Amino acid sequence: MTGSIGARIAGLVAPVIVALAATIGLLLLADAPPFEALKLIGEGAFSGKTRFADTLMAWAPVAIAGAGLVVTFAAGLWNIGVEGQIVAGAIAASLAARTVPGDRGLVLTVTLAGGVIGGALWGGAAGVLKVKGKVNEIFGGIGLGFVAQAFATYLIIGPWKRSGVASTSGTEPFRPETWLPTAFDTRLAPIAIGLALAILIGVGLVMRGTRFGLRLRAVGSNPASARLLGVPADATTMRAFLVGGGLAGLAGAVIVTGVQHKLVPAIAGGRGFLAVLVVLLAGYRVRWVGPIALFFAAISVGSSQLQLRLDLDSSLGAVIQGLLVLSAVLFGGWFAKRQGLGRQT
Amino acid sequence: MTLSVEGITKRFGNLVANDGISLELPAGTLHSILGENGAGKSTLMKILSGIVSPDSGWVILDGQPIALGSPEQALAAGIGMLHQEPLVCLPFTAAENFRLGSRRSVAASTAELVETGSRFGFRLDPAAVTRSLSIGERQQLEIVRLLAAGIKVLILDEPTSGITINQRRELFAALHRLAGEGLTVLFVSHKLEEVNELCTSVTVLRRGRVVGTSALPRREEDLVEMMFEQGSLIPTRAPATENGGVVAELIAVSSGDERTGITRADLQVNEGEVVGLAGLEGSGQGSLLRALAGTASIQRGRVTIGGRDVTHRTAQRAAEAGISFLPGGRLEEGLLPGLTITEHIELASNSARFLDWDAARLRAIEAIDAFRIKGSPDSAADQLSGGNQQRLLLALLPPKLKLLLMEHPTRGLDLDSAAYVWGRLLERRKDGTAIIFSSADIDELLTYSDRILVLFEGRIIARLAARDTDAEEVGTLIGGRVTA
Repeated sequence: MTGSIGARIAGLVAPVIVALAATIGLLLLADAPPFEALKLIGEGAFSGKTRFADTLMAWAPVAIAGAGLVVTFAAGLWNIGVEGQIVAGAIAASLAARTVPGDRGLVLTVTLAGGVIGGALWGGAAGVLKVKGKVNEIFGGIGLGFVAQAFATYLIIGPWKRSGVASTSGTEPFRPETWLPTAFDTRLAPIAIGLALAILIGVGLVMRGTRFGLRLRAVGSNPASARLLGVPADATTMRAFLVGGGLAGLAGAVIVTGVQHKLVPAIAGGRGFLAVLVVLLAGYRVRWVGPIALFFAAISVGSSQLQLRLDLDSSLGAVIQGLLVLSAVLFGGWFAKRQGLGRQT
Repeated sequence: MTLSVEGITKRFGNLVANDGISLELPAGTLHSILGENGAGKSTLMKILSGIVSPDSGWVILDGQPIALGSPEQALAAGIGMLHQEPLVCLPFTAAENFRLGSRRSVAASTAELVETGSRFGFRLDPAAVTRSLSIGERQQLEIVRLLAAGIKVLILDEPTSGITINQRRELFAALHRLAGEGLTVLFVSHKLEEVNELCTSVTVLRRGRVVGTSALPRREEDLVEMMFEQGSLIPTRAPATENGGVVAELIAVSSGDERTGITRADLQVNEGEVVGLAGLEGSGQGSLLRALAGTASIQRGRVTIGGRDVTHRTAQRAAEAGISFLPGGRLEEGLLPGLTITEHIELASNSARFLDWDAARLRAIEAIDAFRIKGSPDSAADQLSGGNQQRLLLALLPPKLKLLLMEHPTRGLDLDSAAYVWGRLLERRKDGTAIIFSSADIDELLTYSDRILVLFEGRIIARLAARDTDAEEVGTLIGGRVTA
């Protein structure tokens, strides 16, 4: 359509260069050798199977929640409540893990499904508030997020506390039958990675090839017009919340069964918000969600090396992520303006 | 103060909206730009007023090339535009709107508003809230604001739609006076009669290029010939079928807000009948149409379709019952910005769970041919010109309809497009489809309606058989004067 291939590549590369330059400046300010630090982040994420496995396990929940956000964004919804939906999914998964007896296959299936249901309930609640109560999904989502988070903390120090002590470090680990099986002597759970890949592909197919996907985009473009064209706008909005929430809940269940093996207060740990940024950078296109989420997961996991080796705070990784998002958004807006797309009426 | 335009070119994707356009207008010229829908008029005006940047070419004011990056820069250079819908902030008072973008004190600017206004015969109350002003008064306010900003070139885009005949007279008198004082006026309109009345010269665009210039006045037939590659045809009007049953009925319906709503409206529409709604902008036409379309809530009264009570149903139920509504705000209420023609057609026509994009593309190409839409299957709805957006809306209508509701079906369309649109619409009457439409164009109402209802302040004040009335009677009634 508009804009040459060159301009598009520039649009992808320029923000990375700017963010990189800003990061190097920051590292110099912190009296750290910048290239050494960047190299350490890269090594920390990818060198050796253990680290690579950790990166992939950090990637899977963000990719799954991100795929769900592609659905809600398509319907024009800012599902900021995704963080709370991850927590709700994790709570539901923990409930299943604590109560369902039997062998691993059954327990895991119920636990993962429980996560989907928990997240869908929380997403659905935001949807009802939006459709029936005319509550903006951003405020509804943030409010519901507080409720989910408080409920998780209550369960951890209350009914689900460890025998003897109530600690905010989490519940007792669940029995090993509820853990996703791992491979290669690492923490890598192939089921989590497989689920994430399948969901990314599935959401891509739904968005491209189904009436549901087209209806989502119609409602996202203009609900009033969509109604006149025979699209049930409110029902479509509800479905978007259920799918987006369900996938966020599944991400929560993957964190419980594949990473933590127990319920901790910070079970979502900002992964939902990170997924929002990933999807923004991906321009709402699901095929970019996987690679961009991997890049961010690598920075998170890799930056822990900074603390160990250079005595720098590992939150520098979060700073780099933030810089990348800001410069990408900035350049995105700038290129749109230059092409005169932003101004057309 | 000569305005020259040299070699302006602007592309949107594959569409060349302006293709090397050049003009030269000495100070004090009253010049018109004519062209059918999609000829490139709006794009050229947007470039001159800084809303869109050209790909190449220059705008030169008095020998100096000017930078046109934004409306602010254009205004600073001396070019101001009066938009079709005046760009005023409705909750502000007239004085507050006037002061926007100016650095002068409240007292000084208010005095300037009154003084400049009265110099051109505009009676503007500085303390009036803009929402309460008519479209014509809002225009006057905008013109005065632009003049106070020191413009040398004034662009007017379809300024006479939605204003009264008196306001039009005042506007034209003011424009003549301004031209006498050296202001260059660029006037965009579809109404050839007005162009002849106001302007002294004309440039005709076709497919983004200048295809002719002429002094005015000229015979309208000559102008039409320049605008179109072939002459236009008014579709022949078959008489209404007399024996149709009642399709829809409003019984004492009140709906909408206090300002633009309807109060206790009664209406019966028969199969194959065309009912025109006349009235000043916002006299209740929109609320009446939306009450039937199911997009507005009904406070009192009953609506029946085919004898069934449907008073409190949704737009979707209405669509299922065979009612379609083409709203006036095409992008705001009718189309999906960002989605392509193919995607629109697919949404409207296909109910399968899985989509076949190859088949969808073929259907889109068929629709583009059948409705003569200037665009490709991949053109986004918001990239199309106004007339082509209307054609796309028509292409989206279901094949079988009981009742078709339309707001300003041909607003912004040139004569040829309007005739074409009506030809397609009237074909549907053979299947018994009833049509209710509102229009600001009395000729359109008289030409295509069987019956004309005149609305005033939310009430139906007259019901006329179209063949027994004339423009004068309708025009008088629109102003609220009921003749004995």
